Amino acid sequence: MKNNKVKVIIMSGYGLNCEEETKFAFESAGGKADIVHINDLIENPKILEAYNILAFPGGFSFGDDTGSGKAFANKFKNYLQMELDSFISRDTLTIGICNGFQIITNLGLVPGALAHNASAMYIDRWVDMEVVGSSPWLKGIKKISLPIAHGEGRYIIDEKEYKKMMKNKQIAFKYTKGEMCEFQNLKANPNGAMHDVAGVLSESGKVLGMMPHPERAMFFHHRPDFQLKKEIAKRKKQKLGDEGIGMLLFKNAINYFKK
Amino acid sequence: MISRIYVSSIGEDSRANVAANSWNALGLNGKVTKAKFIDSYLINADLSDTQIEKSANQLINSRLENFSINNLPDLSGFSYIVEIGYAPGVTDNVAHTVMEEIADALARPFTDKEAVYTSKVFLIAGAITEEDVNKIALSLHNPLIERSLIIKTSKLPKGNANLSLYVPEVILPKKDAFITVPLSTLSDDALMKIGKEGILDPDGTRRGPLALDLTSMKVIQKFFSSLKRDPTDIELESLAQTWSEHCKHTIFANQIDDIKAGLYKTYIKGATNTIRKAKGKKDFCISVFSDNAGGIIFDDKYMVTHKVETHNSPSALDPFGGAITGIVGVNRDTIGFGMGAKPVANLYGYCFGYPEDERALFKDKNLKNKMLSPKRIMDGVIKGINAGGNCSGIPTISGFMRFDDRYRGKPLVFAGTVGLIPRKINGKLSHDKEAKPGDYIVVVGGKVGLDGVHGATFSSVVLDSASPATAVQIGDPITQKKLSDAIVKEARDLNLYNSITDNGAGGISCSVAEMAKECGGAIVDIEKVPLKYPGLSPWQIWISESQERMTLSVPKDKWNEFKKLMDKRGVLAVAIGEFTNSNKCVVKLNGKVIMDMPMEFLHNGLPMRELHTKFIEEKFAEPKLPKSNSRTKELINLLGSANIGSNRFVSEQYDHEVQAGSVLKPLSGRGNINTDAQVIRPVLSSQKGVVLSSALYPSYSDISTYDMSACAIDAAVRSAVSAGATLSELAILDNTCWCSSYDEHRLAQLVDAMRACYDTAVAYGTPYISGKDSMFNDFKGYDEKGNSVAISIPPTLLISSISVMKDFKKSVSPEFKVAGDAIYVLGGTHDELGASEYFKMIGKEGNAIGNNVPKVNTKVNMATYKALESAIDKGIIASAISVTSGGLATALAKASFGGMLGLNVDVKDIAGIATNIDAKLFSESQGRIVVTVANSNIKAFEKVMKNVALSKIGKVSKDKNFIIKNGKEKVVDTKVDTLAKAYNSFSEKNK
Repeated sequence: MKNNKVKVIIMSGYGLNCEEETKFAFESAGGKADIVHINDLIENPKILEAYNILAFPGGFSFGDDTGSGKAFANKFKNYLQMELDSFISRDTLTIGICNGFQIITNLGLVPGALAHNASAMYIDRWVDMEVVGSSPWLKGIKKISLPIAHGEGRYIIDEKEYKKMMKNKQIAFKYTKGEMCEFQNLKANPNGAMHDVAGVLSESGKVLGMMPHPERAMFFHHRPDFQLKKEIAKRKKQKLGDEGIGMLLFKNAINYFKK
Repeated sequence: MISRIYVSSIGEDSRANVAANSWNALGLNGKVTKAKFIDSYLINADLSDTQIEKSANQLINSRLENFSINNLPDLSGFSYIVEIGYAPGVTDNVAHTVMEEIADALARPFTDKEAVYTSKVFLIAGAITEEDVNKIALSLHNPLIERSLIIKTSKLPKGNANLSLYVPEVILPKKDAFITVPLSTLSDDALMKIGKEGILDPDGTRRGPLALDLTSMKVIQKFFSSLKRDPTDIELESLAQTWSEHCKHTIFANQIDDIKAGLYKTYIKGATNTIRKAKGKKDFCISVFSDNAGGIIFDDKYMVTHKVETHNSPSALDPFGGAITGIVGVNRDTIGFGMGAKPVANLYGYCFGYPEDERALFKDKNLKNKMLSPKRIMDGVIKGINAGGNCSGIPTISGFMRFDDRYRGKPLVFAGTVGLIPRKINGKLSHDKEAKPGDYIVVVGGKVGLDGVHGATFSSVVLDSASPATAVQIGDPITQKKLSDAIVKEARDLNLYNSITDNGAGGISCSVAEMAKECGGAIVDIEKVPLKYPGLSPWQIWISESQERMTLSVPKDKWNEFKKLMDKRGVLAVAIGEFTNSNKCVVKLNGKVIMDMPMEFLHNGLPMRELHTKFIEEKFAEPKLPKSNSRTKELINLLGSANIGSNRFVSEQYDHEVQAGSVLKPLSGRGNINTDAQVIRPVLSSQKGVVLSSALYPSYSDISTYDMSACAIDAAVRSAVSAGATLSELAILDNTCWCSSYDEHRLAQLVDAMRACYDTAVAYGTPYISGKDSMFNDFKGYDEKGNSVAISIPPTLLISSISVMKDFKKSVSPEFKVAGDAIYVLGGTHDELGASEYFKMIGKEGNAIGNNVPKVNTKVNMATYKALESAIDKGIIASAISVTSGGLATALAKASFGGMLGLNVDVKDIAGIATNIDAKLFSESQGRIVVTVANSNIKAFEKVMKNVALSKIGKVSKDKNFIIKNGKEKVVDTKVDTLAKAYNSFSEKNK
């Protein structure tokens, strides 16, 4: 493993649509990422054995028909359950972003479920989060601001389970008021998620599900306040870096295998 | 066996709460106390009880939902049930997914006779009357495409209640496969009737408009008499499609007055040719007007494409379906560009009647056929683009909304898509494509039904009671996404086909006939086309506009590989015939020839006709100007008006960040103001950016369509340059939406508009690369009292721009950044308030819109834009906002609350000839930009601007006071927050 690049498999097909930029982010972080259509994986499930990281990217798999993530998860369960179990039982990392999060809750990889936003509207905006949980994905991150774009992101969990998850450091992120909310005068919790939960972890901490999109914050210029920051930096004769805060997650994942 | 699976939420369902509130807003005054949503899946398949239960388990997430089979959930407390399902034959996207899930889970495919039908069941609680429920049901569905069922819960048995097991199948009557139309024996009147109302079916009904006039019908009659036979129905329908205004653009092609080559060749293509010639080696166009979109150079490796479509008539009848079909349709124009471009940005533009307008319009005299209200159309269209864009994974970057009373008869819905394609694929230029004789004609994507039969001919006529319901279609973005990915991301680079085009207007009748031009002919076995349901006649299959289909020419030796790939991607692909070089377009039904048409007559048989114009001048009253010296109230009212207020609620519900290319977003700054231009970075490894903008001034048409067009071009160019575009690499697109286009005055207005298109584009060196027209945006019907009403839209030209900038990081956003910065106005402000938003507001009584419409001085403006481009390149501009509708005061206000900073300016000595304060603040003179500059950059800035009419008017302030002075007098004195609130009020109200 030491001399080889960390291998990432990114699922695609049936309306998933963030696979290309997710690949770009993993590769910028030093990994080697392959986009694999679910039907190709079904045809050749053994290939999963060669990967370190499994990513379910964002998108609109099956158009959210019958509930977001459900149909894609059903396909996975109906054809790939065994291979998935075996992947998870190895020392691997898994991430589900947005629609990917909805898929992995339906697969039972992380607890809870995602329901329609409290406003019943789709929304694209930025959110601020504090990191609450503990996971290789989150190493060294205390707070982070990322964009969301979803219609079904209201996290649902029962109280008992939530307490257990808090104790076990399985609540990855919580929405909070931070610099983006301040900048654009937004409320902290964009969708009515219970306990402001934005992302959660499996018991092992190795599977991360999150509504916000780290790959859409992989560059500094993605930030809504980029133009202001750029102008201020210019006057202070400072140079802004290219990299955005979202890269931290991808780098953490790749570096985990380089330990 | 037929079963119903009901799925309902366990916990709180936010959709139901929001719905209950919206129902109470229908005038029910809080009578609805509770609502519950249930999803119903009616399964008509030979499945055992265990299999049904297993299927039901696929449809729930047990944390969120539970199910019941053939038994409605607990109804206690609810007084009514409303069920909304699709009308037979209407695309049911969810049902397709459900069938795939069930087939997977049971390892058993559905047979042809089996199907799933979804519906939504609403339980309603509260002391509501039958009339109230009817209102609710009407708000929930569009009878054109959906059916509703209302049941009083007290009428249902206690316990074990189930809804009807009615299967909404399409059952078409058996009829002859094709008929011959006895043209040779028909009188002129009978020919006209066929042209207007359609071919007479044996049952005595007419098939719907062919939109062929008498001259065309007689040419067809003569042609077939020379063949010594009568045409078949499919031949006549095919000609009607290919010759339709929608496909042939006859008004733009024919001689008009002494303009022999017609408007398109003279003014639009003419402008592009002149500009490209002048640019010589610096010409950045690659493919213009010849393909589904236009393409320009992005860099050495890539080309970017752009296309903007209109989808007006379908959106009037079914706003959601019309809009979603519009956006996924224009996506296909991109996928069908060259060998297939990847869509990287969506754009929208809406022209509606005012949402608060509740006056009813009817299509028929008996007042049975009611048009949808502007608000209903607006909501449906917004949702349609939401579903189409968001589901496809294409960022919806730009958009606008315009309102005018005259759009209430027919709204305008623009949908555009930018694409990205390598300039060379497998060593060949990607925009060259050619179907070869012997290639299979392959149709990929959806199946064919009656949806969209006569869409192309329908959009070429006035909207009235003869408008066919089947002209409406519903798009399925996921079917198309699968198709798009399989083509653009895989088959294209594997070199599996020789040519590709979109199936849009006219369906395969147009796409096959178009591609057949590349090789010289085609032969189609019509029975091979996959159908949604049995019983369609060949002519219907041939012209149906069922969505999500593309036509490809696949070499025989590549077919197996192509088919295998499509199968693996869940994309339907069928070979329906062969391309030939026979000079004929032939259709066979089970081996029998039913259409045998020379390519020459099909494509070039349409008779030319000469058009004439007659201009009728109109003068308008000048409005009374306010007496007091303050214009604070006027500015606040303008900012809250529909045409200037924020569209934030739309921008926020459209995903504009997918693909990770967003740079300058639809909303900007602390104040989330709508941007006039947006920047994306379509290639994540490149520093280059693509700048997009659009502009239109339909109100100016009342005074001068020449100036209306010139201003639209000027504003689109100006907004793009203000954001950082390179003027020498900026291309434009025209969307001409006209009305009553055979009327001589309207034609005169059209000629004026096109002259302006030529003059202005040539002056700026901005070539047209693509365009679209929609010439009959008229409504003829009746008002609430049965009086006849005719409403025509104001002649509307939308100009969209696309340009490439070297370094996206140099883009500039519109809002103020730093207190203390100097505020400048570039360009002159003149007495040009005619048809401005300000005059429309204060002169509302008596339509006193004035007459001094803004004129574009391209020479002066060109110097300004070049200087601005240079200043932006030097990085010495902190903000730049183009002055558009609402004038200088509006631009200052937006920049101010965009950055949540105040200002203190004096407009007394601004450049230009503005004789009063109204003109200074609200004139819409073109060529102006408000910019802010850091004090340290003032010297450098003023040097760059030495040849520009430059007015330094004041400073950005830290406090939130917004003060505009005219000399010593404060003419606007307010707070930034007050202005922001006014600006956002339109968005808040329509959320």
